[in-house]
Amino acid sequence: MTESLAITKLSDLANPTRFMALVGRLVPWLAAVTALLFAIGLYLSFTTEGDYQQGDTVRIMYVHVPAAWLAMMCYTVMALSAVGTLVWRHPLADVSHKAAAPLGAAFTLLALITGSLWGKPMWGTWWTWGDARLTSVFVLFLMYLGLIALNRAIDDPSRAARVSAVLILVGFVNIPIIKFSVEWWNTLHQKSSVLRLDGPTIDPEFLRPLLVMALAFTLLFFTLHLAAMRNEILRRRVAAQRRMAARMASRQDAA
Amino acid sequence: MNYAFYVLTSYGVAAAMTLCLIAWVWLDGRARRRELAELEASGIRRRSFQPKTEPAPPSNGRETKA
Repeated sequence: MTESLAITKLSDLANPTRFMALVGRLVPWLAAVTALLFAIGLYLSFTTEGDYQQGDTVRIMYVHVPAAWLAMMCYTVMALSAVGTLVWRHPLADVSHKAAAPLGAAFTLLALITGSLWGKPMWGTWWTWGDARLTSVFVLFLMYLGLIALNRAIDDPSRAARVSAVLILVGFVNIPIIKFSVEWWNTLHQKSSVLRLDGPTIDPEFLRPLLVMALAFTLLFFTLHLAAMRNEILRRRVAAQRRMAARMASRQDAA
Repeated sequence: MNYAFYVLTSYGVAAAMTLCLIAWVWLDGRARRRELAELEASGIRRRSFQPKTEPAPPSNGRETKA
């Protein structure tokens, strides 16, 4: 390869080889910053004060809220990638939403488990189907699992990408439902206290560790997503080269 | 610490899940790299990495991406 791998304009990212070079440079730095933020975030999570009513269970918030935030952000990243697949037929967009689905499923499951572990001591129940927030997040988890299954069921990667892109965009309707479920319906789950038009209503003592942990989790997601996209590109190269090897072998047999 | 079981289990599950994700992505990347190296060792190269002097294999019109 003699041509430069430098990315000078956004469209250069369309070249998977250039993308791979960029990921190779970015991932170690992102991983280092993520680890540093987790160290600070975990220190703050366990050294700041507990809540006067909830006691130390408020510390569950520092993993529960970032996990829930990532569950929705990951789906939004997938929806944007799905637009890239359907409108521009961009192979990197296909790779992006395929690589993001297992990460989204993991963070959604984490939000559900930590929410349950917070609900039991504070609400007196692990789970209730009558709560719109809980149920809509559970539906999001099922959608992630469905998308993973769909991607695995279709062999042709570009066909799998188009079918899942349509499904992702249809399912995106669930994201505003999750966000506003606590406003639209009566729920056990509390209303928003951080992302509000009139500013956060949460005490700075809790807001500081929460924001550091949210940033750490967000960077963790992007580090893993970029690395998983690189893995998916490698997987497709392996498949393409195996097909080429099979063609060469059959040509030799015929000769 | 009050409610220590609920707090520590939450952090334990979060740590376990994060470590599993990191291990999965890392091991997956390592396995794919090994497969590519094996293909390369057996003489199968990406078309773009083949020397220019070598005649390219005739295309059957089914180009693969990525």
